[in-house]
Amino acid sequence: MKAQAQHYVSTTNSCKLCKPLGACLAFRGIEGSVPFLHGSQGCATYMRRYIISHFREPMDIASSSLGEKSAIYGGGPNLKLGLRNLMIKYRPRLVGVATTCLTETIGDDTPRYVREFKEEFSELIDNCESPELVTVSTPSYCGAHMEGFHAAVNSVIDQLANDYDKTDSLNIFPGFVSPEDTRYLKEVLSDFGLTSTILPDISETLDAPALEHYEKLTSGGTRIEDIRTMGGARASIEWGRSITDSPSPAKTLMDKFGVAMQCVGLPMGLRETDTFFQVLESLSGMATPQKHSLERGRLVDAYIDGHKYVFAKKAVIYGEEDLVIGLTSFLAEIGVKPVLVATGTSGKRLRKSIEEVCSGILDKPPLVKADVDFYGIAADAHKLSPDLLIGNSKGYRLSKELGVPLIRIGFPIHDRFGGHRLLSIGYRGAQNLFDIIVNTIIETKQESSDIGYGYI
Amino acid sequence: MTLKKSSINQTVDKEKFVKEVVSVYPNKVAKKRLKHMVVKSDCESPEIEANVRTIPGIITQRGCCYAGCKGVVIGPIGDMVHIVHGPIGCSYYAWNTRRNMFRSREDGQNYLNYCFSTDMQDSDVIFGGEKKLRQAIQEAYDIFKPKAISVHATCPVGLIGDDIQAVARDMTQKTGTLVIAFNCEGYKGVSQSGGHHIANNKLFEQVVGKDDSKHVEEKFVVNILGEYNIGGDAWEIERVFAKCGIRILSTFSGDGSIDEMRRSHQANLNLVMCHRSINYMAEMMETAFGIPWIKVNFIGVRGMSKSLRKVAKYFDDPELDRKVEEVIAEEESQAEQLISVHRDRLKGKTAMLFVGGSRAHHYQELFGDLGMETTVAGFEFAHRDDYEGRHIIPTLKPDADSRNIEELKVEPDKTRFRPRISPQRMEELTSEQLLGAYEGMIPDMNQGAMIIDDVSHLELEELILSFKPDIVCSGIKDKYIIEKFGVPSKQLHNYDYSGPYAGFRGAVNFAEDVDMMINNPAWKLIHAPWDVEPTLRAETVA
Ligand code: SF4
Ligand code: SF4
Repeated sequence: MKAQAQHYVSTTNSCKLCKPLGACLAFRGIEGSVPFLHGSQGCATYMRRYIISHFREPMDIASSSLGEKSAIYGGGPNLKLGLRNLMIKYRPRLVGVATTCLTETIGDDTPRYVREFKEEFSELIDNCESPELVTVSTPSYCGAHMEGFHAAVNSVIDQLANDYDKTDSLNIFPGFVSPEDTRYLKEVLSDFGLTSTILPDISETLDAPALEHYEKLTSGGTRIEDIRTMGGARASIEWGRSITDSPSPAKTLMDKFGVAMQCVGLPMGLRETDTFFQVLESLSGMATPQKHSLERGRLVDAYIDGHKYVFAKKAVIYGEEDLVIGLTSFLAEIGVKPVLVATGTSGKRLRKSIEEVCSGILDKPPLVKADVDFYGIAADAHKLSPDLLIGNSKGYRLSKELGVPLIRIGFPIHDRFGGHRLLSIGYRGAQNLFDIIVNTIIETKQESSDIGYGYI
Repeated sequence: MTLKKSSINQTVDKEKFVKEVVSVYPNKVAKKRLKHMVVKSDCESPEIEANVRTIPGIITQRGCCYAGCKGVVIGPIGDMVHIVHGPIGCSYYAWNTRRNMFRSREDGQNYLNYCFSTDMQDSDVIFGGEKKLRQAIQEAYDIFKPKAISVHATCPVGLIGDDIQAVARDMTQKTGTLVIAFNCEGYKGVSQSGGHHIANNKLFEQVVGKDDSKHVEEKFVVNILGEYNIGGDAWEIERVFAKCGIRILSTFSGDGSIDEMRRSHQANLNLVMCHRSINYMAEMMETAFGIPWIKVNFIGVRGMSKSLRKVAKYFDDPELDRKVEEVIAEEESQAEQLISVHRDRLKGKTAMLFVGGSRAHHYQELFGDLGMETTVAGFEFAHRDDYEGRHIIPTLKPDADSRNIEELKVEPDKTRFRPRISPQRMEELTSEQLLGAYEGMIPDMNQGAMIIDDVSHLELEELILSFKPDIVCSGIKDKYIIEKFGVPSKQLHNYDYSGPYAGFRGAVNFAEDVDMMINNPAWKLIHAPWDVEPTLRAETVA
């Protein structure tokens, strides 16, 4: 890629995926759910294969399999038929219907079709134990996978949550984090003695154990009963600095039911995690449990022990907006110098958020690029000569070209094993990431030197 | 395991199985799905339903027309820039997801690792995307100066009425570089299959036979059609052919070069590997240029040898015959030495295959080499002729979906048509079923084997429970479902990132991989359902 930094109309080697993919991921974090794409079957097939290559788990996505005729006359009949077949065969507890570019272009009124379906097939729906049907509009020509993810969570909340009962529970909207991150989050919440509903929860559905009995729909995921009560919760916590200006589940709950909300950055690294733990302290009325304060202490100790390896190393960071903000915050505080922070989407709040998380640490914030593809990232990276790339598997070619290591995080990771089990949030996740980064740098140094250091 | 595997075909009551498996569907669906399942019996080859629409809501393996055109046939041509016109996802998902490999030729052009898209936004959907497409083509031309550029339409494009053919014509003129546009919107046809046909048509019209500048002198010159060089398959085939003294002029389209395709009309024989995706091209090239075609199968030791002998027979040259036999003897004995240890461990085991439009057939030969039996097989997007043989083609009635895909009217090329063999020999070889013939998968299967077209997720689960295979070959979408059952699954689209599997050395790789999969100690930690549940879902007869 002998790229020049210039603005191109075309996209070469995209740094974002499409909107319904995010919606499917979010839906999959709900108990007994099957994502359903209203469109031609190709989209569902492609997204399944992509998600599976990252998680190495089954991922079923149904489709209304529209053909030429439905593309012209509308996809209502296919959608209804598809829902019917799916319900009979799978007995899902929830079907998450997301639209695709095709059905959005022809202007299908998907919510109406679903309403009609509920009326026309009320008996069948009763017989299938009344699964919930949630719809979300996800045209990929406006927005990419993370927008789709948030939109799906928001639709679930909007269409299912109520405030019939006030509860003592907390709502947590973590965004797209790994199954391992979600398991850690649960542990933290329970150590604080907090009851909570995490939506979505892919910790089991997309990282399922081997079982003696095969399950058609993997167990786990946020319980639908719990989602219904989210309108009566004490408060909502939403992760991600990027979503502040857009509709979000926490905001929906605040607007509809007056549930208090707190938005914190993705808790990556010490400072963003401190902020999150402070919120938990105030909500639980207790100090951070010793287990976690010890983890924090060990993390600080590690920062000090390892600083000589990482200090002033230059990193290029790319991927989902909230992820790159979290990573930048973390890298800045360990002494790595982020030189380029890039995301494939419009990233309206990206620059501001990066400035916020770097302030007080870096003299000047790194170069920030939104709406960029790998061609553009490569153009800048060649000039910045980084020591490290941090992001998903799609940066592999660039890392090879530059001859610098790539630390894989984000989505998709399809050229390493266990990408979905990566822990990167909280004190423990920061520790994990820190070790990976330090060791990668050491390894590179060791490999590239002819002296053959035995101690480094 | 409680049942003796080699007799599994006799022990499962297939009629009953079929009834049970469709019973979970709504009535109408059940009726439709029944026609997609047949049992191979003593009497004539059974009729199977194929190449019809997938039922909505049934989770299928199938992809779309665009996937067949860009993903399968055109994408592997490595020295062309391929632009996907549409929203970002369709292009992202087809970015290096297939493991077709490409080696740059002397000019160094290689765009295989790129993913070009117009990344349509809402304003393009509202006001039309032609302008953006033009700009994208111009940019690709300015930056890369490729030898040719392809444009692939995805679903929204056809609906908003972008005239991509006109854009391609204009831009060809403007840049002086061939721009080929494919109207392969995903909703066309019933699966990838329509896209193969669209790709064949345009390649034939705009590429094949367009370059006479380098005259090909040799006699033993062939093209390989429908070989996609997954994991380097084409290179292993090339190695063996080179040893025999046969030149491969062009491969469609694995390791494919646009320049070589332009000259491909000078070959003396076409070898068809994947009949489904490329038979159109073979037929059109025969009509236009007089090049006969032979169906081959380079998968499996015996498959490879058989195919080489077919080629030798066609060329009818004692020296070539001798060379081919020499190569076969040498390669077979080398392969056999390495395979036999694995065969000892694999003998009598059973496999199920649900892949694509030809692999489910081809790999049965290779499993045969390993002493394994294929109990159930099916294609994802094949037509009836791939199951039952080409003789049924005249009886196929076009439906609304197939009518949508253009059938080109091809005439003999005025200056380039040249009969390769005498009419008598042509007749002789045709009647011997050597030329222009494909008998399909079913005739090659054992009595009692089951054939299921476009298998659904649910059917796959039932099949595993009833047939208790030792391995299931499928794709990434099913892999982890199958493995949750405690049964190893080999991906035959991407070979689990291994390979090559074609040819003699490929067969050895496959034997190693399958042995490693089936006999891996990790399987002892997880149990297949029939090991823990004595009651079987489909009943067995004693
Ligand atoms: S049409 Fe839209 S939804 Fe479907 S794969 Fe393409 S970008 Fe994604
Ligand atoms: S939008 Fe159409 S072309 Fe694109 S993946 Fe979906 S079905 Fe295929």
